[in-house]
Amino acid sequence: MTPDAVGPHGRWGVAAALMVLTAPIIVLYGWLLLASFSVTITGLVPHGLTLANWRFLWQTLPNEANAWVAAGNSLTFAVTVAVLEVLVGAMAAYALSRLTFPGRGLFLGSTIVLHSFPSVTLLIAIFLILRALGLYDRLAGVILVKLALDLPLGIWIMKGFFDAVPWDVEMAALVDGYSRIRVWWKVMLPLIRPGLFAFAIFAFLSGWNEFLLPYVLLPSQDSQTLSVLMASLSGEERFADYGLVTALSVFYILPAVAVFALTQRYLLRIFSGGVKG
Amino acid sequence: MGALEAAPAARRRGAVRNVLRGAASPVFFLGPAVLLIAALFLAPAVVTVAISLTNLSVATGLTHYRWIGIGNYGLIAHSPWLVLVLRNTVLYVVATLVLFNVGFALVLAILTAHLSDRAAGVFRVLWMLPRITPSVILAMMWRWFAAEPPYGTVSQVLGLVGIPGHNWMNAHPWAFVVALNGFVGASFGMIIFSSAIAGIPRDQYLAAQVDGASAWQQVWRITLPRLRWPILFVTAYQTLSLLTSFEYILLTTNGGPGFYTTEVWSLYAFHLALSNYFGNTQFGLGAALAAVLVVLGLGASLVYLRVFRFGELVAAPRIEVN
Repeated sequence: MTPDAVGPHGRWGVAAALMVLTAPIIVLYGWLLLASFSVTITGLVPHGLTLANWRFLWQTLPNEANAWVAAGNSLTFAVTVAVLEVLVGAMAAYALSRLTFPGRGLFLGSTIVLHSFPSVTLLIAIFLILRALGLYDRLAGVILVKLALDLPLGIWIMKGFFDAVPWDVEMAALVDGYSRIRVWWKVMLPLIRPGLFAFAIFAFLSGWNEFLLPYVLLPSQDSQTLSVLMASLSGEERFADYGLVTALSVFYILPAVAVFALTQRYLLRIFSGGVKG
Repeated sequence: MGALEAAPAARRRGAVRNVLRGAASPVFFLGPAVLLIAALFLAPAVVTVAISLTNLSVATGLTHYRWIGIGNYGLIAHSPWLVLVLRNTVLYVVATLVLFNVGFALVLAILTAHLSDRAAGVFRVLWMLPRITPSVILAMMWRWFAAEPPYGTVSQVLGLVGIPGHNWMNAHPWAFVVALNGFVGASFGMIIFSSAIAGIPRDQYLAAQVDGASAWQQVWRITLPRLRWPILFVTAYQTLSLLTSFEYILLTTNGGPGFYTTEVWSLYAFHLALSNYFGNTQFGLGAALAAVLVVLGLGASLVYLRVFRFGELVAAPRIEVN
């Protein structure tokens, strides 16, 4: 559809309709921002402005992890997950798109079956296995679990990217005597870089927001992520300091929003190869 | 090209090397992914099914459990809450899917397509906000949004036009749960539909405009038919996601208010397996519920895969060069 499909009046009408539909979101986040600077708030009306809610920025809260340390842990977790997921996923996706080998259909089919397992109900079993591997309560363990749970969908999406690359490109390189590995690294990956970039952003955001896995599998305070610190602060409903919780929420959401807003123009590409048109 | 100039002997050596590489490459490329998925996804799934055949609970501990065969499945089949929880699950999945994940997503994608890239980008970022907001925070925001006067925003706004305020989450728990999940879910379809719409050739719209088609006719005759596959994909994928996701319900109504009003299957499994009111967490029964959910999900997937022509999706590569 094109911007000129409706006239200039129509375009204002469209924008107005979208504003109405989007109003709940604007109100929700407006409230969050206001509440983080207010002593108390009723509806959208703040009472008493304050910066005290933001004290976690310059001091460690009693009996809690330091917010900056927790943010660092979240960052490490999210970046590692994104990089490894793209690397491992792109390798597997290439093989599934371009090579024939026994068990290929089985692998593709079984990843879909696994997707229908609610990951939360797997937690008990994952806990037992991580403990047996000596990876329980280690950041590396949670990263590996997150990778394993997210890889099946990632592989399917990245297989779509490879499927969209014409054969001739790869043929030329193979005839020139390139190995499959070199073709993958030198020829194919550069060609699908926009898609991989978009996928990495989504993987990063998913890692940044992950709550349940670090909450259950990473109980030590010094390796706590922001999501776990959040839950710990808002846990005891009646005693929660809502000013503090809303300020920490803004602190937590801002990096994700910034990353998304800066990259959103490129993110649409992630699906251009993965879905039948 | 180098190969054309190479001497026959060198070419033969190259061919031998290529055969060796050909055998090694699937192992190299798939090894890491297969290892990870096998150890930390497939194995836990198998262990979960095994646990469902035991009476494992906090009371039995990890050492004193017994194998009880399909006893847990018998309990589920005869549970007096089975019908209620199933009904809730279907209501939750169908309502969220139809109204928001597909319906609202389509409206958003079609409307934003009429705007300039910059304006459309602003709305896309706004709609992605719920998705990139951690569930703990989003649930808290919605609880306050729907809270009773004087705290709730909905009550405050409706109060301006004289509608009496109350706690909207408790008064209309299903509308609340569907709206909360729907505002998160709509962005997935919105992005997929938007990129599909962007792929429709402009000429088709221009030709329609020359023929005097209205904006509505263009949507109905050109856009929607081209979105058939994306709509099917979103429906299939989100059905599974909704069946297994309960985080927002857990963090807001927690299955209430009252008795199991909004208790869906996956939440029921979570309550029995990981957190119940009586302190005796029943891992075995929870695992059995999870296994049943997988069967439900598989049933849905099989139907969708038939529609999707799975055979085409996994079709072997057309040319094989080793």
